[in-house]
Amino acid sequence: MKNEHNDTPPVMKFGMAIDLDKCTGCGACMVACMSENNIPFKEDESDKLVSITWMRIFKLSNGKSFPDTDICYLPRPCQHCEGHGGHSPCVSVCPATATDYSRETGIVSQIVTRCFGCRYCMGACPYHARYFNWWDPVWPDGMEKYLSPNVSPRMRGVVEKCSFCFHRYQLAKNKAYLDGERRVPEAAYQTACTQACPAGAIVFGDLNNPEHQVHQIVKPDPDNGNRSRNPRAFRLLERTGTNTKVYYLSNREWVRRAGDNYLAHEMTGQVSKPHH
Amino acid sequence: MKVDRRSFLSFVIGGAAGTALSPLPWKLMDDSSIWSQMWPWTPVPPDGEVVYEDSTCTLCPGGCGISVRKVDNRAVKIEGKQGHPINDGGICILGLSGLQMLYGPTRVKSPMKRIGERGDGQWQKISWDEAIAILTEKLIDIRDKGEAHTVAAIAGSDSGTVPALIQRFMTAYGSPNFMRTPSGRDADELAVNTLFGDQGRTGFDVENADYILSFGSGIVDGWGSPVRMFRASSLWKDKKTTVVQVEPRLSNSAAKATRWVPVNPGTEADLALGIAAVMVSRNMIDTGTVSGLSSWKSDLLAEYATEKVSQTTGVAAEVIAELAKDFAGANRPLALCGRGKAQTAGSLRDIAAVYALNALAGNINQKGGMWPIPEADYIQWPNVATDNLASAGLSQPRIDGAGAGKYAQARYLASRLADAVNGNGPYPLQVLLVASANPCHDLPDTQRVKEAFARIPFIVSFSSFHDETAAMADLLLPDHVYLERYEDVPVGAGLAQQMIGLSRPVVSPQFNTRHLGETLITAAKAMGEPMADAFPWDDYETCLEETLAEKWDTLMEDGVWVQADIDPVGDTLQLAGMDAEAVQAEGDVNSFPLLLLPYDTIRLTSGYIGEAPFMIKTVADTVIKGNDGFVEVNPQTARAAGLGQGDMATLTTPRGEARVKIHLFEGIQPGVLAMARGLGHTAYDAFLAGKGVNINTLIGPVEDPSSGHDAAWGIRATLSKA
Repeated sequence: MKNEHNDTPPVMKFGMAIDLDKCTGCGACMVACMSENNIPFKEDESDKLVSITWMRIFKLSNGKSFPDTDICYLPRPCQHCEGHGGHSPCVSVCPATATDYSRETGIVSQIVTRCFGCRYCMGACPYHARYFNWWDPVWPDGMEKYLSPNVSPRMRGVVEKCSFCFHRYQLAKNKAYLDGERRVPEAAYQTACTQACPAGAIVFGDLNNPEHQVHQIVKPDPDNGNRSRNPRAFRLLERTGTNTKVYYLSNREWVRRAGDNYLAHEMTGQVSKPHH
Repeated sequence: MKVDRRSFLSFVIGGAAGTALSPLPWKLMDDSSIWSQMWPWTPVPPDGEVVYEDSTCTLCPGGCGISVRKVDNRAVKIEGKQGHPINDGGICILGLSGLQMLYGPTRVKSPMKRIGERGDGQWQKISWDEAIAILTEKLIDIRDKGEAHTVAAIAGSDSGTVPALIQRFMTAYGSPNFMRTPSGRDADELAVNTLFGDQGRTGFDVENADYILSFGSGIVDGWGSPVRMFRASSLWKDKKTTVVQVEPRLSNSAAKATRWVPVNPGTEADLALGIAAVMVSRNMIDTGTVSGLSSWKSDLLAEYATEKVSQTTGVAAEVIAELAKDFAGANRPLALCGRGKAQTAGSLRDIAAVYALNALAGNINQKGGMWPIPEADYIQWPNVATDNLASAGLSQPRIDGAGAGKYAQARYLASRLADAVNGNGPYPLQVLLVASANPCHDLPDTQRVKEAFARIPFIVSFSSFHDETAAMADLLLPDHVYLERYEDVPVGAGLAQQMIGLSRPVVSPQFNTRHLGETLITAAKAMGEPMADAFPWDDYETCLEETLAEKWDTLMEDGVWVQADIDPVGDTLQLAGMDAEAVQAEGDVNSFPLLLLPYDTIRLTSGYIGEAPFMIKTVADTVIKGNDGFVEVNPQTARAAGLGQGDMATLTTPRGEARVKIHLFEGIQPGVLAMARGLGHTAYDAFLAGKGVNINTLIGPVEDPSSGHDAAWGIRATLSKA
């Protein structure tokens, strides 16, 4: 399989920069995502292991006692790992080719009708970004009226996850084509969470395009595993080489340290080298 | 052919091997997994033409513009309206969940009358004609007996045409008993009246301030107009504006602030006055917009000497001095108050102390400052001509006592309603009308409120949802939800402008509901003279269009009408209201050694609208787990009680008792407990009902000595192993 990967860089590489110092943990991104992507709900959603939330907000704490305590919220969509050359953890284990890495957009797709529910991808994902449908979705009588035709409701037995609102990309791409544009304009393709965030904490766009705000914030360094050149930025479990496309920003060192499992003497912000 | 053992085995083994080599088992496995997934009950949303329709959200007082995506005439998504002066594309979790309310199973789908016992939930659908007839016959009967004052109405707001129609209905009918549900607006309006000498509210130019001193205001927890405040919070980050949050608990707002100053619960006003005293004593003040300082000065300096304030508040003396220096030294300092979302009325002292601080910093009616803003006055209807029956009713005292005697300063005291109905009022109530309010969940001391409601012979609910109050009603006259109706939305919520939004129908009414304005006009007309005269409009839309007059076209075009040039209520703040006693938490310190505080979070509504399933889904498993609610405890306090994370405990206050789970949180002062407001519903659906504890069952109202408003900020409590 490895030989099928070619080394030409993807045309576009959509990614996010989430400013954790701005994020208020309000949950608007979570609900914007649920509403956009027809995510079902059950009577009891307090067992978070089986609660489907493509976008989930985690609460971090600096672990200090009152009154030196500090907390920080961390929204976690699918990190859309590129790994080394599109070798993302979930894609490499999927026996059904239900999930794939797109060289056009850098988006890790999930085709639910191909998925047969083996859940290898869930085991492989270091971010718990994938969710299994243990039950058929049921909407209370009348509520199915608000379902969007852009995203198929999933059925029992399949895995689902954040798609960076890929259907919005498809719509924007069609529109760009009809408008005679070569590229999808930055504003034409934004994820539902980015659009909703009342704090403006999420910036979404093409990491490869220097004109896009996300590129200007992140300033990815292709010679250093796409590590950000912004000293405020970090990625989750960056040293595992997942080469994710969701960058987090914070001025607080303890928050940046929370992004990986550092030993006491280790500094933040190192990435692994390709090892093959 | 003879079947011997050998050929039988050959046949079976050969057959098995042949089948295994054929695609059959794999095909069957594949098919069965596909068949068992492709059930017809997995919905396939129909496609269709996509359109966006703009409106204004009314789920909270924030006044955000929304853009609703429709496919094939179904509303499929609510988004924030780009370019709107309040939210410019942003939207909150509640606004995003609106469609679950529109299409949800808890809608009241038709007018109904109760047939079983109260609270049994047995209803009979009736026609609107019959419903109006039941209502008007009842009302006419009471009025003809000269008892018009025994009818009361409680509503979530008193501004805008719909609340104005309710008030007009009550006046024409002859009842002085229109009440607004308690909120921070009560104390704010009282403070503006007391300090600036006229009716109005405050507006805060938060975007232009360069130093924010917040006394417990939940800047990112839903205070003011929530999305505007979220945006301001990010703007401050960009501008490196200093934000200081004074609060006993590390709320999200405190975590987002530049600096969190933990303070003993209930002593925020003391800290504000301590800061004022430092500013006055060091002459770091602007005296231009303050009057009464010379007579107040000696009291202030004596009562609020830094050391003494430090004792009361638990804030170090040097921190108080530092805050005073930074606040007074900033170019455009601004102090905010109203705890959390400002859900309760609060005391005049708490508010006046902070407003005085603003005046001493010289920010009244300044860029980045505090503005006393007059009430919107676009509703100019001719006065109601009252007949003798109405005049007699209107001359009676109010059931809640507001506006007379020791409550002379209060306009509405819905928190006193339960007490009044339970035997301490001037007369028994015969009818209660409830609109956009859910007192049986939201008023403090829920048990007493429900007891009072059980005593009222006839309750009419206009709620669109089967909420706790509707469950206690005898007649349901369901209103459209906001996405189905026209309504003007005057926005207060701390905006430093006058703003009116327009809510308009995005979809046609889904059920047999009727606009509340329409219901009132129809009922008044059915009651004949003189009620009918007070409602000359053919229908609500005519009333709305005529009332908005020249603003109507702007509103239809832009969805919002803004007046940026404000003629403030006053320029000078008269120092007053701060000599009252600080409001203490109810309960005896020895029997109840801990303090329980409610806290607000944007993920829970805390208002009359119950949380939609989407919102409950975002709630952490340290707030609700299964049906259990959590109380936040400092690990030190929990250890002393022998409790650990996730343990079941009994939480007891002078007003009630609840079983709760323990959540250890370092961000809360030892000895203090905190519990989220907005949970513990008994009505609505299985997605909401029974989850967590309604903190109003544990807290009762505490009267502000200045006004009678509910000023409870917490209650004494005790925690034991369950």
